[in-house]
Amino acid sequence: MVSRSTGTTTTRVIGIAAIAVLAWVVVSAFFITPADFQQGESVRIMYAHVPAAWIAYLAFITTGITSGISLARRHRTLGFDRVAGASAEVGVLFMGLALITGSLWGRLTWGTFWQWDPRLTTTLFLFVTYVGYLAVRNIDGDPHRRAKRSAILALLAVLEIPLVHFSVVLWRSLHQEASVLNPDGDVRLDDMMLFTLFSGVVGFTLVFVWMVIHRQRLATLRDLQQGVGLDAAIAARRNEGAAIAGGGQ
Amino acid sequence: MDDIGFILASWLITLGSIGVLAFVTLRRARQLAEHVPDEAKPWL
Repeated sequence: MVSRSTGTTTTRVIGIAAIAVLAWVVVSAFFITPADFQQGESVRIMYAHVPAAWIAYLAFITTGITSGISLARRHRTLGFDRVAGASAEVGVLFMGLALITGSLWGRLTWGTFWQWDPRLTTTLFLFVTYVGYLAVRNIDGDPHRRAKRSAILALLAVLEIPLVHFSVVLWRSLHQEASVLNPDGDVRLDDMMLFTLFSGVVGFTLVFVWMVIHRQRLATLRDLQQGVGLDAAIAARRNEGAAIAGGGQ
Repeated sequence: MDDIGFILASWLITLGSIGVLAFVTLRRARQLAEHVPDEAKPWL
């Protein structure tokens, strides 16, 4: 019988851990952490907004690194290219969530959903860049050529991340400066708030890992179904089996 | 909409979007996995 899943024991453990950690974050964000002395209850959006933004950075950096490796190892396998694509897909999701939750938070604290402020504008630009990257990935053609042009684009796009992160320092911005990852290393958060925020980062990281594993396997299935590398994949698995059998004798 | 409405909307959109993408990913994987022999799947 053919397996009908991209799941393994590892992904199931990661998935269950992600659900457990995120459940804790929701309980803590709503019922345990205090309201902020300036922002009041609206600070509870921070536990979704900040981890979403950080994981989007992580995803895009992962796309950059795996694209670099893919470019260096071109014409061997498409494995790193698929991870780059999967990571960018998840990064776009988290960046979109950071923009939406930031907009809702901004309405409560600034009185407006949107301002053409340096942080917001550069973040939107980063989001649009990676939507474009995903569009480039979907252009039909030879998978190795697709991998090459996507990798070059990803290596250029990742250069935007420092610009986004330091935009609040480089220009006058409505967006507050970093409360945790700031240049002077001074953490300006209550202990429970910091722990909940950290838990959010852990939970979203687990979601990111789970999603990337599944989506890169999905990309593998898509390529295999179209016949890309099917013979090579089967031959590799047969060689693996032969090597194991040979080693056991 | 008061503060709690915005806060709840933020969390519902966040968790809902993650849930939807996870569901769509697993469903699509299930559809495609049927058409690919197990020996070609590197994770098995």
